Amino acid sequence: MSRLRDALERGEFVVTGEIAPPRGSDLAAMRETMRIVGPRCHALNVTDNQGASLHMSSFAACLVAKELGYEPIFQQTCRDRNRLALQSDLMAAWAFGIENVLVVTGDDPRSGDHPQARGVFDLDSTQLLQVAAGMNEGHDMQGRPLSGGPTGFYLGAAVFPEAEPWGAQLARAVGKIEAGARFFQTQAVFDLDKLVRAVDALHQHGAKVVAGVLVLRSPRVIDFVNKHLAGLAVPDDVAKRIREAPDPAEAAIDLAVEQVAAIRDIADGVHVMPLGLDARVPEILARAGVAAGA
Amino acid sequence: MIVTKPRSLERILEDLQSVGARRVFVVGCGECATAARTGGEEEVAAFSRWLAEHGFEPTGGVVPEVTCHRPGAASALRKHREALDDSDAVVVLACGAGTQAVADAAGLPVFPGLESSFLGMAVRNGEFEERCQMCGECVLDATAGICPVTACPKGLLNGPCGAMWEGVCEALGDQECVHVRIRERLAAQGRGAAGVLPPKDWSKKRKPDAVSVRERVRRGQEGSR
Ligand code: SF4
Ligand code: SF4
Repeated sequence: MSRLRDALERGEFVVTGEIAPPRGSDLAAMRETMRIVGPRCHALNVTDNQGASLHMSSFAACLVAKELGYEPIFQQTCRDRNRLALQSDLMAAWAFGIENVLVVTGDDPRSGDHPQARGVFDLDSTQLLQVAAGMNEGHDMQGRPLSGGPTGFYLGAAVFPEAEPWGAQLARAVGKIEAGARFFQTQAVFDLDKLVRAVDALHQHGAKVVAGVLVLRSPRVIDFVNKHLAGLAVPDDVAKRIREAPDPAEAAIDLAVEQVAAIRDIADGVHVMPLGLDARVPEILARAGVAAGA
Repeated sequence: MIVTKPRSLERILEDLQSVGARRVFVVGCGECATAARTGGEEEVAAFSRWLAEHGFEPTGGVVPEVTCHRPGAASALRKHREALDDSDAVVVLACGAGTQAVADAAGLPVFPGLESSFLGMAVRNGEFEERCQMCGECVLDATAGICPVTACPKGLLNGPCGAMWEGVCEALGDQECVHVRIRERLAAQGRGAAGVLPPKDWSKKRKPDAVSVRERVRRGQEGSR
């Protein structure tokens, strides 16, 4: 049984971390990050060619997480694989004991490191959720039975609480719930009123919400986020606080601690994206009063 | 209409040099490429001048009414048989279908002189926007007459995705997210959102596709459709 599902359904405040597979075949650094972040998390998101940039496959890196005793959340984007490949990977994941899947559309290739690539987008994320939910009922996309019977994926999706117009955003999220999403992980949230709005609306539809926190360790990282992360803009007051701090990294840690503490009272969990400050994640969680996940 | 753009002149130069061509015939198109100002009478004349300036000998030119109509293109070429017999190669200022019609009929090396870009709508005189991928199974009924397959850079049927911010598509930079526009137009018309659209049936877009109107008419006469 997925520990993530178990904790969310019991109402325990969950912590998820984020792992980027290497660009290459050296697993050492990724293992090291998993060992730092993993013990404090219920599960680790393993990204899938994040930012439309080349990385080792999420599936392989999920297996590394499992080997080390951590529970992965297998991220699948619709950008790089068609419906056959997506279903293949889902079958592989289930066969190797990966239960949590986060389905996302994926950034457009033109924003990544292979801008010449053709985006696949054979399915969109709502449709892929339907496909995975069908596998949970024991059949593939064509309705044919799967050997080994139904899968038991715990399906998640992305939501963007600060994106306007909210009506269009919410309608899409509700479509994802109807398609099979049981939990959401959000893009980083700065406006807590908007997080409350999203959590209230999604709770009404029975879904759990894990809210994202970014550690904006330097002015350069802020510029990067504003320029490269889809659906995200760091508000001016937040940017100012970090830019003008004598030690921006410490200011970013303080801010993350405040955000995690606030999110505890609003959402069902927190998803920490340390953007390089992985080693400080345990401290952020401890200072925010969030117990160890394990 | 099919919107074409000028092709790199260096590339055309290399193409002509690859067959050692010196005498070159030019074919335009009286339909789309004339409207797009890429292959009309004027452009054929201008291209012929460019050839002359670059050491080629233009042997003549013609702008068939509709170059992608092969019998029509062939009969237009027949009227220039002498000039063609005197040519080493042909450059076609038309779309890929027009270029192939000429290549089938000319009996000479034929090179494309344009890039075929998209199926467009003239939003104003001389301004074209890509509006349809000819996907084989139209969803405009569910999307308020706005094509997401084309206007969403990812071609998503269900949106908006995470690239949407303040109604704008970040993948496109400065344009509205088509899924926001679809939802707004549906709402303005008092139509509910269509719900989740199912995955596309790309078998409807298998290539090479072919249509025989004659065959359809014959079957229609037999009572089926
Ligand atoms: S859905 Fe779009 S691409 Fe497909 S036929 Fe209709 S307008 Fe063309
Ligand atoms: S923001 Fe809208 S138009 Fe742009 S990629 Fe996402 S869904 Fe498509």
